Amino acid sequence: MSDILDGVMQGIWLLVTLDPELIEITLRSLRITVSALLIASAIALPLGALLAVRRFRFRRIVIAILNALMGLPPVVVGLCVYIILSRSGPLGVLGLLFTPSAMVIAQVIIIVPLVASIAHQSLRDLWSEYHDLLISMNTSQWQRITTLLWDGRRALLTASLAGFGRAIGEVGAIMVVGGNIDHATRVLTTAIALETGKGDFGLALGLGFVLIFMALSVNLAIHYLTRTEVEGRW
Amino acid sequence: MTSMMPLVVEKAQVRRRGKVLIGPVNFTLQTSGLTVVMGPNGSGKTSLLRMLHGVVRLADGTVSWTCDKTSARAKQAFVFQNPIMLRRSVRDNLTFPLRILNVPRKTANAEAERWAARIGLEQALARSATVLSGGEKQKLALARALIREPEVLFLDEPCASLDGRATREIETLLLQARADGTRIIMATHDVGQARRLASEVLFILQGKLHEFSPAEVFFENAKTDAARAFLNGDIIE
Repeated sequence: MSDILDGVMQGIWLLVTLDPELIEITLRSLRITVSALLIASAIALPLGALLAVRRFRFRRIVIAILNALMGLPPVVVGLCVYIILSRSGPLGVLGLLFTPSAMVIAQVIIIVPLVASIAHQSLRDLWSEYHDLLISMNTSQWQRITTLLWDGRRALLTASLAGFGRAIGEVGAIMVVGGNIDHATRVLTTAIALETGKGDFGLALGLGFVLIFMALSVNLAIHYLTRTEVEGRW
Repeated sequence: MTSMMPLVVEKAQVRRRGKVLIGPVNFTLQTSGLTVVMGPNGSGKTSLLRMLHGVVRLADGTVSWTCDKTSARAKQAFVFQNPIMLRRSVRDNLTFPLRILNVPRKTANAEAERWAARIGLEQALARSATVLSGGEKQKLALARALIREPEVLFLDEPCASLDGRATREIETLLLQARADGTRIIMATHDVGQARRLASEVLFILQGKLHEFSPAEVFFENAKTDAARAFLNGDIIE
């Protein structure tokens, strides 16, 4: 019990003194996850809209696969990315393994299905509302997609935040492809795993607090900036 | 103005999952006039309008304008029974049809302001369209349809859930549009409204064209029993 209490105290101390190592790790975490989120959203949101708007032969299969991939095990994604990026792998020449770029790639793969799936669910409802009007107005496919993306932006924000939540807390894949190298690829989650393994609960707990605090504050900040629930339902 | 008329419908049929919704129907709509499509619920008024508008696939027959389909579609507008509001401001709802034609924002905004003034929503330009009242929404939908200055305007029971005042405002706008040269084809089952607006009546029952006559003939001396019963307010099936 006193171990835990000591850990909590140590964690708070690290936070209060703005421990340089803690800050470095935190910023790296944030940078990798935000990059992954931006790339994933750029892929997943238009994909979600396209799936809502366009009727093609394999649409239902694609949607079912996306939904299934939401539960993709991160470690397996890490393994696959590892194999592809390793020296002997197809993209080995790029030398990306054990770099932050590899971690971004792995996180993008993990969250694209999640973001696309949630985006598709909400845009599908919006599309059923808009369908007759946009068809009647002779809009092009691209115009339909951009209209849905713009008018459904609040719901899409939720989809992106869900992706952020999954990416920031993820450890399996980035541990495998990043390697948890100090000052290079160590991020909050991998550091927590390491410190816990070493028995250094103080640092682990401190990092844990920061992780939770960061996830909360990013969500709150976006919530506040976009004035959700303030003006109307969108 | 209406260079795309007359509209010739030949043996047109619309089916859905094997069930015939419309047809086969034959008729020709001339260049001028205001056509009212009448009939009880489920008789196929909406399907007929959609078929003429070209948004449902024909199972058989033809619907032909004097110009090709693509340019015909560009000159039409459709107002739905339940107004579809984009989740945007009143202004952006009005500019939307122009913006998707790449009309410059400035021109589109000026048009939007002009139309907002015409429908009495100039104070509400910045408000969200989704919080307007039912009557205001339908007026906005009508203005949004007219802002492109369509040659042909379809309306599917535009006043079905509106009160008297809102209905009168809509009808005023319609008569104004008609005077400006827009060819109007609207569905209604409100006999009073049909009497006020129609110059000719298409009466349909169970997807078949029952009667197509000038308004004065239809209302004074309808040829079919079903039409007479309908005008008397009897329930026909």
